[in-house]
Amino acid sequence: MGSPQVLAWPAQYWLLIRMWIRSSLAYPTSFVLMTVGFALITGLDFVAVLLMFSHIESFAGFGLAEMALLYATAAMSLGIADLALGEIERVGNRIRSGEVDVWLVRPAGAFVQAAADNFALRRIGKPLQATVVLVGALVHLDLDWTAARVVVLATSMVTGALIFGSIFVLGAAFQFVTNDAAEVANAFTYGGQQLTQYPLAIFGREVVLAVTFVVPLAFVNYYPLLFVLDKPVPLGMPSWIGLLTPLVAAAMTAIAVTAWRAGLRRYRSTGS
Amino acid sequence: MSVYWAIARRSFRRYSTYRIATASGVFTNTIFGFIFCGVFLTLWSAEPGLGGYQAADALTFVWIQQGLLMPIGLFGAATTSELGERVRSGAVAVDLYRPVSLIGWWLSADLGRAGFQLIARGGVPLLVGTLAFDLRFPSGAAQWIAVAAALLLALLVSFGIRYLVALTGFWIVDARGVEYAAIVLSLFFSGMILPLVVFPGALGEVARATPWAATLQVPADVWLGRTAHGAGLALAFQLAWMAALLTAGALLTRLATRKVVIQGG
Repeated sequence: MGSPQVLAWPAQYWLLIRMWIRSSLAYPTSFVLMTVGFALITGLDFVAVLLMFSHIESFAGFGLAEMALLYATAAMSLGIADLALGEIERVGNRIRSGEVDVWLVRPAGAFVQAAADNFALRRIGKPLQATVVLVGALVHLDLDWTAARVVVLATSMVTGALIFGSIFVLGAAFQFVTNDAAEVANAFTYGGQQLTQYPLAIFGREVVLAVTFVVPLAFVNYYPLLFVLDKPVPLGMPSWIGLLTPLVAAAMTAIAVTAWRAGLRRYRSTGS
Repeated sequence: MSVYWAIARRSFRRYSTYRIATASGVFTNTIFGFIFCGVFLTLWSAEPGLGGYQAADALTFVWIQQGLLMPIGLFGAATTSELGERVRSGAVAVDLYRPVSLIGWWLSADLGRAGFQLIARGGVPLLVGTLAFDLRFPSGAAQWIAVAAALLLALLVSFGIRYLVALTGFWIVDARGVEYAAIVLSLFFSGMILPLVVFPGALGEVARATPWAATLQVPADVWLGRTAHGAGLALAFQLAWMAALLTAGALLTRLATRKVVIQGG
């Protein structure tokens, strides 16, 4: 594909998602209803936290505003990743239907097409409800907002989205091996969000070790927020562990890119 | 009757075809089960006896909830979404030509689906949960029979709701908004996000009276032996909602059928 007309990948991505955005905005009422519905469905997890706090004052040492901050950052990170490339989890269906063949002959990267395919703007409902909870949490938190805290909190949502995005891509790459196993990745993406909404120490030593060293979900929001909220880090890990988050996100991204390329190389079309 | 049995059996087989997809779904249910267990253990250790549940009840609730999520169709189910899709595309006209009732056809298909998913996606997570935690089980034949009845009624109530939602497509062009609303109500009022016994005050009273309570909270309470007024009344509550919803479903089918005829197919 050495043709000079081939666009750079961000332009390709934008071109594709703009098409899907225009198609979803063609029916504005339906779009608004679905966005609100999506925000409500995904926001119920926070309603569960609110209901718990009708009985308790603190959850494993976290007050309501701190729990809201955990929830908001987890939901924001997953929400951004899901919006930007969540459709990639359907790559197994595309392999079965033979559409991946079509991707490979178009003048655009297969990854960009897989991520932008069927781009659903309604998924912005999740980052939106996370923003509402985030603002609520920040209003009620009594914290001295130093520059370091602001920077760590703000970057954690970007790096968190990168970590979740990498897991989406790893799950998609795995589907080149078995194209039926899309749901396995859900355990780490949606399950990962469910997990990171809560202070991870409650899940015990093994889980904390696993989400630190194996699937680094603890870096999505837990370690950065322990730094921001000035809370002790469990299992005697260093107090500055939250500051490693950008490195972890970069490593996860590199692994995901490698896995996707390996998966695509393994692709042998549908056969029959 | 034999035709409905044949539909149910084939639906069972249809859903049992995708083994790897089933296994990966079981894996995901199990992971979610462990997450909820961690959360509920923390909650119940802060507030022992919350909502009349002991910690062991709450942990058992988690695995019942994860096990019933797919069979009962708390997030919606493939059968009734397929019906909704057929209403939208007009393919339902073919269903109406068949010499069997529409509601009977889809109910049989749903029972077949639920039967398979109850074994695969209900049984396996419960087994894992039992190995990892000290869970409560029904004691004695009478309670097991009550549990079986509660599960069947839960499915029939859930089907009644999902069938009505699918039929709204006859009147509303894009029924996806209704489907979303149905999922929100189901997740909130069934006990999926939190057992309804924990819901405070009037909200709890309302939640426990809704048909969605009959789809998850009631069977879980029958299993745990923690029904507020005995298992008999709990089953009667489910039975009443089932009768109301299936009657409404049958009536709405007749209305919808007339509409299809008026439009000429």
